[in-house]
Amino acid sequence: MGETMEAPVASAMRTDAPPAIRLEGVNKWFGALHVLRDINMTVATGERVVVCGPSGSGKSTMIRCINRLEQHQEGRIVVDNIELSDDLRSLDAIRREVGMVFQSFNLFPHLTVLENCTLAPIWVRRMPKKEAEALAMEYLERVRIPEQAAKYPGQLSGGQQQRVAIARALCMKPKIMLFDEPTSALDPEMIKEVLDTMVMLAGTGMTMICVTHEMGFARQVADRVVFMDRGEIVESGEPEAIFSNPQTDRLKLFLSQILRGH
Amino acid sequence: MSSSATDPRLAGAGPPKRPLRLSWSDERVRGIVWQVLVVGIVLFIGWWLWSNTVHNLEVRRIATGFGFLDREAGLPIGESLIPYEPTDTYLTALTVGVLNTLKVAIIGIVLATILGTVVGIARLSKNWLLSKIAGFYVEVIRDLPLLLQLLFWYTILQALPGPRQAINPIEGVFLSNRGMKLPFIEWTAAHWWALLAMVAGIGLTVLYARVMRARQYADGQPRKVWPAAIALILGLPLAVWAAFGAPFTPDIPALRGFNFRGGITVSPEFFALLIGLVTYTAGFIAEVVRAGILSVSQGQWEAAEALGMRRGEILRKIVMPQALRVIIPPLTSNYLNLTKNSSLAVAIGYQDIVSIANTTLNQTGQAIEGIAIIMLVYLTISLSISLFMNWYNSKIALVER
Repeated sequence: MGETMEAPVASAMRTDAPPAIRLEGVNKWFGALHVLRDINMTVATGERVVVCGPSGSGKSTMIRCINRLEQHQEGRIVVDNIELSDDLRSLDAIRREVGMVFQSFNLFPHLTVLENCTLAPIWVRRMPKKEAEALAMEYLERVRIPEQAAKYPGQLSGGQQQRVAIARALCMKPKIMLFDEPTSALDPEMIKEVLDTMVMLAGTGMTMICVTHEMGFARQVADRVVFMDRGEIVESGEPEAIFSNPQTDRLKLFLSQILRGH
Repeated sequence: MSSSATDPRLAGAGPPKRPLRLSWSDERVRGIVWQVLVVGIVLFIGWWLWSNTVHNLEVRRIATGFGFLDREAGLPIGESLIPYEPTDTYLTALTVGVLNTLKVAIIGIVLATILGTVVGIARLSKNWLLSKIAGFYVEVIRDLPLLLQLLFWYTILQALPGPRQAINPIEGVFLSNRGMKLPFIEWTAAHWWALLAMVAGIGLTVLYARVMRARQYADGQPRKVWPAAIALILGLPLAVWAAFGAPFTPDIPALRGFNFRGGITVSPEFFALLIGLVTYTAGFIAEVVRAGILSVSQGQWEAAEALGMRRGEILRKIVMPQALRVIIPPLTSNYLNLTKNSSLAVAIGYQDIVSIANTTLNQTGQAIEGIAIIMLVYLTISLSISLFMNWYNSKIALVER
């Protein structure tokens, strides 16, 4: 995709602030399958991390552990100074701070676009409805589809749905955004509109972790690229270093496959 | 997306009309021929049935018509919602039958829906024991014929001791082979007013909930509705009742001679039929509810969880509204099944419409009219249920495209 190299977005990474996310020795098994093997990673406030790797490498599982859609079985995960545990209150607190965008959009089909965006602010953030609607319209304008507010998700294209999903997550005013292959289910012509939205978001200084194979996007916005394979972090570094000067055979193989695909 | 004024797709006047070609290879000609043929066959079968019936009736010298409805029925009916004596007409007897059918069907549908929903959700529970019990219940109850289950319940109720040795679990409640006796009160005008107040209380609660919802929308703070709901639905009728001087004369059943006097009775026939229909249908409804909830993708749960919503809230606001689309059509079928299965009442002696119409046609010999009445009654009830459920289904349908 990334043939046209666009202007890189200035980094908003803050080394003075405490880290937004810290994973220490995280392990996870699905039955006998060891899907996350001793993951250690720190994401600074305002940092933008792109996670890539072959399918089944554990990248989705890792970011799903960060807002506890999956439970890790060993190690520590600290998000925004709150440690993930079985305590429901800490879970509520973390989920309010962390927004997530899914590969399959997961919009609520029985609610309008506007209602999709106002549901959580009203019922979780306890925001007055008018305020929530104004906020939702503000974010729908940011993702450039305010005119679709009264429609239902089934009436929108895939790219529009994903932009609504981004707006829906932003309406909770999260400090951290997780993207789980946000463009993988989209037609090529719609990938750009979603990536543009994500670039716009990167420009606001949001802390982001994106699981994606969009190398152009990674070059443009990422402070760091993390390459995962078979449940472990194999390489990690600045985009240029990772893409131009891969150290391991696994990353070389992966990059050659990715590039051949495009 | 593009405005309609410039969209060339909207400029024309629709597709061109194709001329009909008189050839067997033309799809439309074939369609018309088949339809004419089918209608012809159906008409012929109808005519044949009709002429056959008329001929047979003539040979046997049976008069047709519904004149018998005005004659004295002379058949005793055990339980009735309206005053009835054996000296009343067949029409009254049949009305009693219809009401008895409606009674068991309506109460049965309500209870089966509640039990089925609870069991269906329980089977999806993360609690191992709960889900296994629910699964066991569903598998056992679905695999045994309903008739057998009705006979089972009836036999159990018949095995209860006679009135003199009645089981007396709580003061005023008697369980015997004559049915269940429950205490009641002497019903006065004050009680009617209290009942009316309760209905009004329910209406006011709905109104109150709406106002509270509007207030929450205004300032964001959630409000508890249940304290006011209790006050309106229970407190208001109590206040009305007290205002009338709180008349309370308990009518407690007591053994007089060989049977009970006072209180109200739930007959063993009705009780057995109700338990049988409810437990049986609930097994099917449980599976319908489970399938409906499972039809909503895991992604919906995850998206709502990622937004910080709690599981109960997700079930109510996200999953159930979507599951209902899948649940309603098979649920309608189960309601219809329960209603029609209530005709198995005949086997245990509950006098529903089938039972009474059967006796009627035995006594009068008006078999065709009797069967016609049964069919008409079930058709009317079933179509009413279908119409209501279809209306509800279209109301909650998803907008797509």
